[in-house]
Amino acid sequence: MINLQPYENPMYFGYLLIGLIPVIIGMLFEKRFRWYETIFSLFFLILIFDGPKVAQGIALIGYTIFELCVAFAYFHYRTNDHSKNKTWVFYLAVILAIVPLVIVKFTPLFDPQHPSIFGFLGISYLTFKVVGIVMETRDGSIKSLSIMKFLQFLLFFPTISSGPIDRYRRFIKDYDRVPTRAQYLTLLDKGVHNIMLGFLYKFVLGYLFGTMLLPNFEHLAMLSRNNFLGISWPLVGVMYAYSLYLFFDFAGYSLFAVGVSYIMGIETPINFNKPFLSWNIKEFWNRWHMTLSFWFRDYIYMRFVFFMMKHKILKSRIAMANLGYLVLFLVMGIWHGETWYYIVYGLFHATVMILTDAWLRLKKRHKNWFPSNKFTHVMAVIMTANMVCFSFLIFSGFLDRLWFIGR
Amino acid sequence: MDNVRETVLNILTDLTGSDEVKTNPDMDLFESGLLDSMGTVQLLLELQSQLGVDAPVSEFDRTEWATPNKIVAKVESMQ
Repeated sequence: MINLQPYENPMYFGYLLIGLIPVIIGMLFEKRFRWYETIFSLFFLILIFDGPKVAQGIALIGYTIFELCVAFAYFHYRTNDHSKNKTWVFYLAVILAIVPLVIVKFTPLFDPQHPSIFGFLGISYLTFKVVGIVMETRDGSIKSLSIMKFLQFLLFFPTISSGPIDRYRRFIKDYDRVPTRAQYLTLLDKGVHNIMLGFLYKFVLGYLFGTMLLPNFEHLAMLSRNNFLGISWPLVGVMYAYSLYLFFDFAGYSLFAVGVSYIMGIETPINFNKPFLSWNIKEFWNRWHMTLSFWFRDYIYMRFVFFMMKHKILKSRIAMANLGYLVLFLVMGIWHGETWYYIVYGLFHATVMILTDAWLRLKKRHKNWFPSNKFTHVMAVIMTANMVCFSFLIFSGFLDRLWFIGR
Repeated sequence: MDNVRETVLNILTDLTGSDEVKTNPDMDLFESGLLDSMGTVQLLLELQSQLGVDAPVSEFDRTEWATPNKIVAKVESMQ
C-alpha cells in the first residue's frame, strides 16, 4: 500500500485535486455531499497512516476512542440537569485528555532510541482541540456535542498533522452550513490562491533557504566552532537562513491546509500574518503560528492569570502577568521537546515579553519622553525581527551541535 | 442602560489609563495596544464584581470585544 504524507509530494496534490472535484461540483450547486466528504477524508487519513506508518494509524484509532470517551463523559457530567460542576472533575477531564500527549512527549527522556508506541503524527494538535472542547464545556459555552461532529472536527484531514488549530464551535458553524454559490466562489478563489502561495513558500523559498543555503552556512559555521562561543559570520547566516526556512516551510504548509479547508467550505483560521513586520514581541505572537499562540493565550495564560487574580495569589498584578508569561512559555518550550535549547527558547521569549511589558508601561507613563514616528516604527520592526531570528537560532538546536556534539 | 455604559467605560478608562475610550468609543483597543490579555482578564473580573456579568474566557472573542462600544453592547446583551 502507498503512504503519502500531507503536502509533501506532487502525487499527494494529484490525489487531492481528484478527490476535491466532487466536493467542488457539489458546493457550486450549493450542496454538501457529507458521505462523500467523509469517505474522502478517511481515504486521506489512510494515506497518511498506512504502510510503514500503520502502527501510528492504530495509535490514532486508540487515541481517538479514548479522547472521545473523555470529552463525552465530561460533557454529560457538565450538562446534565443535576450537575454539580465540580472543579476537580474538570481538572480530571483535562488531565485525562492530555495524558496520552504527556506520555508521548516524555518517552524520549527515558528511552531516546524508541519513540512512544502511542505516538502518531499530529497528536499535539488533536490534544489541543480536545482540551479546548473540555474547557469550553466547563465554561458552559459548548451546549451540544455530537459524536459525528466531534470526529469530523478532530480528524479534519487538511489540518490533522500540524494545524492550524481550529475551535469546535467555529468549525461546526462552517460544517453545518452550505455557502451560497457566490460565497463559495470567493472561498474557492481564496483557497486556490492560498495553495499557489503555499507552493511558492514551501517548495521554492523554503527549499532555497532550508536545502540550498542552510547546510552551507552550517558547514562554514562548524569550521569556525573554535572561535569564542563559535561566533562567526556564517553563524549569522545560519540564524537568518534557518529563520526564513522555518517561516516559509511552515507558513507554506499552513497555506495548503487553509486553502484545502476553504475548498471544502471550512474557513480554518490563518496561522501567519506577516510576523516579521511586528513592532514588538507581543505583536509577533499575534502574527506567528497564530492558532497555537492564541490557544496558549486563551487556554493557559488567560485562565492561569484569571485564577491567580480571582484568588489574589500575588499582590502585584504585574507579577501575576509575568508569572503567567513564564508558565506559558515554559510549557510551550517543554512541549517542543525536553532539550535545553527548547527550554532556553521558552525562557528567552518569556524574558523578552516581561521586558516589553515594562517598556510599554514606561512609555505609557511618560508619553512625551519618547518620540513615535515612522523612523522609530521601522527601528522597532528591525529590532523585533532580529530578536526573533536570534530566538530561532536557539530553537534550531544548531548551537547544541556547534557547542557540544562531538567535542 | 446608560448606567451600564458609564460603568463599562469607567472600568475601561481605569484599565487602559486613557480617556480615549470615552472620546473615541469605536477605537480598536487591542490594535492600539491599550488592552492585552492581562487587561482582558481584569476587565472580565471587574464586569463580574461591578455588574454581575459572568463572561467566561471562552466567550471572549477579540473581534467581538474589540472596541468600547462593542464591549458595552456585549455586556448589555449578557445582562
